Amino acid sequence: MSSGEMIVKGGFIIDPTRKINGDVGDIAIKDGKIVEKVSSSAKVIDAKGKVVMAGGVDIHSHVAGPKVNAGRLMRPEDKLRAGVCRSGMAQKNGFRMESGFSIPSVFKTGYEYARMGYSFVMEAAMPPLLAPHTHEEIHDTPIIDEGALPVFANNWFVMEYLRQGEVENTAAYIAWLLKVTKGYGIKLVNPGGTAAWAWGLNCLSLNDRVPYFEITPGEIIKGLIQANEYLGLPHSIHLHQNNLGNPGNYPDTIEALKIAEGFKAKNKFGRESVMHSTHLQFHSYGGEGWKDFCSKSKEVMDYINKQKNITFDLGCVTLDETTTMTADGPFEHHLHGLNHLKWTNVDVEMETAAGVVPYIYDKDVLPNAIQWATGLELALFAKDMDRAFITTDHPNAGPFTRYPRVIKWLMSKKAREATLATMKNTDKVINATYIHGIDRELSLYEIAQMTRSGPAKSLGLAKTYGGLAPGMNGDVSVFDLNYKDMPKDAEKIEAALQRAAWFIKDGGIVVKDGEVVSHGHKKTVWVKVTMPENPQVTRDVSQAFHQGTYTVDISNYPVREYLAPHQSIIDVNVEA
Amino acid sequence: MWRPEVEIMATVTLKPTKVPELMFEGYSITPDTFAGKTAAQIADLPGHEGKFVLKLGEFFEVSGNGGETAADTDIVIAGDCTRVKYIGSKMTAGSVTVNGNADMYVGGWMKGGKIHVTGNVDSFCGIQMEGGEILVDGDAKNHVGCAYRGDWRGMRGGTIRIRGSAGNDIGTAMLGGTIIIEKNAFIHVSTHAEGGTVIIKGDVEGRVGGQMVKGEMYVLGTIKFMMPGYQKVGTIEKEVDGATYTFDHYIGDLGERHPKSKGQYVYANLYLKAAA
Repeated sequence: MSSGEMIVKGGFIIDPTRKINGDVGDIAIKDGKIVEKVSSSAKVIDAKGKVVMAGGVDIHSHVAGPKVNAGRLMRPEDKLRAGVCRSGMAQKNGFRMESGFSIPSVFKTGYEYARMGYSFVMEAAMPPLLAPHTHEEIHDTPIIDEGALPVFANNWFVMEYLRQGEVENTAAYIAWLLKVTKGYGIKLVNPGGTAAWAWGLNCLSLNDRVPYFEITPGEIIKGLIQANEYLGLPHSIHLHQNNLGNPGNYPDTIEALKIAEGFKAKNKFGRESVMHSTHLQFHSYGGEGWKDFCSKSKEVMDYINKQKNITFDLGCVTLDETTTMTADGPFEHHLHGLNHLKWTNVDVEMETAAGVVPYIYDKDVLPNAIQWATGLELALFAKDMDRAFITTDHPNAGPFTRYPRVIKWLMSKKAREATLATMKNTDKVINATYIHGIDRELSLYEIAQMTRSGPAKSLGLAKTYGGLAPGMNGDVSVFDLNYKDMPKDAEKIEAALQRAAWFIKDGGIVVKDGEVVSHGHKKTVWVKVTMPENPQVTRDVSQAFHQGTYTVDISNYPVREYLAPHQSIIDVNVEA
Repeated sequence: MWRPEVEIMATVTLKPTKVPELMFEGYSITPDTFAGKTAAQIADLPGHEGKFVLKLGEFFEVSGNGGETAADTDIVIAGDCTRVKYIGSKMTAGSVTVNGNADMYVGGWMKGGKIHVTGNVDSFCGIQMEGGEILVDGDAKNHVGCAYRGDWRGMRGGTIRIRGSAGNDIGTAMLGGTIIIEKNAFIHVSTHAEGGTVIIKGDVEGRVGGQMVKGEMYVLGTIKFMMPGYQKVGTIEKEVDGATYTFDHYIGDLGERHPKSKGQYVYANLYLKAAA
C-alpha cells in the first residue's frame, strides 16, 4: 500500500456504482484508498482523453490449485503458444518469465490480469483437502487480489446433513471449512454428480439420486442456498449446474435456476442475489444431439431477466486451443470420449474430483461456432447488466487474456459479423443461433457494469472493489480510448483493453503504457465466520479424521498462516 | 525445394567468432528473416542467451546480403554451431548450410527449403516439420522429427535424412513425411504415429512402433526387442531408398484402436528385412 498521494486527472470516468457515465473528472487516491481530494503535491497521472475505470473484478476463473497444475504438467506444448513469454520485462531485475497460453504460469497470470486492469480474481473451485496448495499458488501470483471458493456440493458431510434436512449443521460445517481452508464462499460443481462419479455414475438431472447418500442435486442446491443465507456470507452460492455441455440441457438449467425462487438475500454486504449461475453458456443448449445442436440463450435469458435474485457469468467461447479443467469429473471423461485427447482424472477423498482434457475450439466446427454465439447472446439478451458478468470460465472456454476480445464482440456487431463470416458453416450457425438477428452493441458503461460493479456486488465486495467512490480501494485502470469519439475499428478497442495505459493498485502504479512496472501488494481475501460452537459438527469432523475416513490427520488439514501471508479477512458474525 | 542452377542466389555467410557461454537461441537464422536485409541489419537481429536478448553480430561475423525473398537466400555457417539452437526453424524456403555441428531444434517447424549440416545435430532435429528437406552428414541425438513434448501432432511432411545414427524417440506422433536413418537407432521409433515413413538402415534396439496406428517402418538391420503388439502377415519385396529387398511384413500395434477404411481395419506396417 502506497502512502503517497496521487491524482488521476482529466479522464472520462466510467463508474456504474455512482452512475457516472463518461464525465470528465479527477480521481484522488491517498493511503491506498480513493478520497475526495488530495493536496497539490500529489503525483499527477494525466488521463486526458482516456477512459478511467475501477480495477476489474473477475468472478470466475481457474487460476490456482492442483487441477491447474495438473493441466500445466500435462500440457507442456501449451507453452509453445505463449507469445509474450520472452517479453522485455523478464530481463528486468525482479521480474519473471511468463509461460503458458491457456494455463499460464502464476507470474503470467498476475501480469496479464494487471495489464488488462483487473484487481480481483476469484479462483472458482478449490478442493478443501488441497487448499494449502491452492493458497501457495495464490500467494505466488503477483499483483492481483484473490479469493478461492471451496467446493461443497459433493462433500460427504454436506450430503449427510442435507439428507436429513439439517441446514444449521450444514451451515456450521461450512463455517468451519471456510475458516480452515481460508475460503471465500460456497461453490457447487455438478451437485451430486461428482460424488456419483466415484461410482462411475453421474447426475444429469436435478432428480437423479446420488448413490449411497440418496439425496438429489435439487435438494443439495436448495439446502446450500438456505445455509448460505443462514450464515449471511458475502457471496451467494456459486453454482456450476448439472448436465453441463450436453445438447438439450437448457430445461434442466431453468429448473435449477427456479430453485432460487422465493429466497431473499440476507447479508450485510449489499448483495441482492441468492444464486450465481456460472458459465451459463455451457448450460444453454437445445437440440437432441450434436446434429441439431442449437442455442437456447433466449429461453434461458427470458427467465433470468425476470428473476432479480440470480446473477450469472457468460463463459464465452473464444475459439482458441485451450485446456478444460473442472471438478465435474464425469463431464471431463465424456469430453475425452468426444475428442480422444489426453485426460487427467483425480479423486479428492470425501470431497470432490477433477478432470483435465485439452480442447480445440475450432470456428469451422459447427458445435464450437454455436457455442461461441451462445455465450455472446446471453450478454446481448441480458436486461440488467449488473447481473451479467464477462468470463471465459478460464481456461475452459478460452483463456482470460481473451476478455478484451469478448468485449470487442459484445461492443461491435460488425466485429461479430466479421468473425461469423470467416466460419465454414456460417449459414448453419445463423440458423442454429440468434446472434445474426441481434443488433445490440454494448456501451463501455455496460461493460464496466459487467466487469466491475456487477461482480463486486455479487461477491459482496461492493464497498471495496468495482467502483471509484471515496473510501473504496485505490484500484484505477486507465485505457487509451476516447469515450466521446470511440474508434470505429473494434480491433482498437480490443488492443486498448488488452494493455492498460495505467493501472494503479492500492495507490501504487503497477502498469504503465501496457507494461508491468511493479509487483504491487497482493492480498488473499477470505471469509471468517464467527458463530456459536455446534457440538455435533465438531464431533462429526473430529471423528472423520480420527476414525480414518480421511487419510490425513486433522492437524495437517488447515491452511497454515505462512501460506497466506497477506490476508484480508472479511468477518461474518452469526448470532445464536 | 530444389531450384535450377541458373538462378542467382544471395549468399549470407556467418562465421562464428565466439562460443556462447550458455546456449544461443538463433531463431533468427532463417532465410525468411534474412531476406531483404543487408549484412549490417542481419548482424543486428536478435537471439536469446538465457533470458537476455543479444544480437547475432555478437557471435557471428556476417558477410553478404540477403536475397529479395527467402527462396533467393542461402545461408552458409562457416564453422561449428554446437551451442546454437533453432537454426532454420520455421523456414519456408531457401537453404541453410552448417559446416560443422548444430545444437537442438535444427529445422524445427520448417515448412520448406533445405538444410544441410555437415557435422552432428543435437536433439529435436526437424521437430513438427511440415515440409522441406534436412540432411545431416553426421549423427543425430534424440527426438528426430518428433512432436513437441506433450503434443499429439508430430511431423507432417518433408524429408529428414541422417547419414549417421540416431538416438531414441524418432518420429513420435508422426503424421506424414519421411525420416531416413542410414545407420543405427536406439529405442522408440514412430511411437503414437498416425502416418509417415521411417526407414532405418541399421539396427534398432527395440520398441519399434509402439501404439502406432498408421504409417510405415522399414528396418534393414535387426530389431533386438520386438514389440509384442506386432504380428507377421507375410513376406514381401519392396523398394526402399533406391534398392529392393525382401521383407518380413508385420502389422500392428494390435493393442491400439485402429481406424477403419472401406470396412477394413487399417494397421501400421513394419517391414523387417528378411534373413538371407
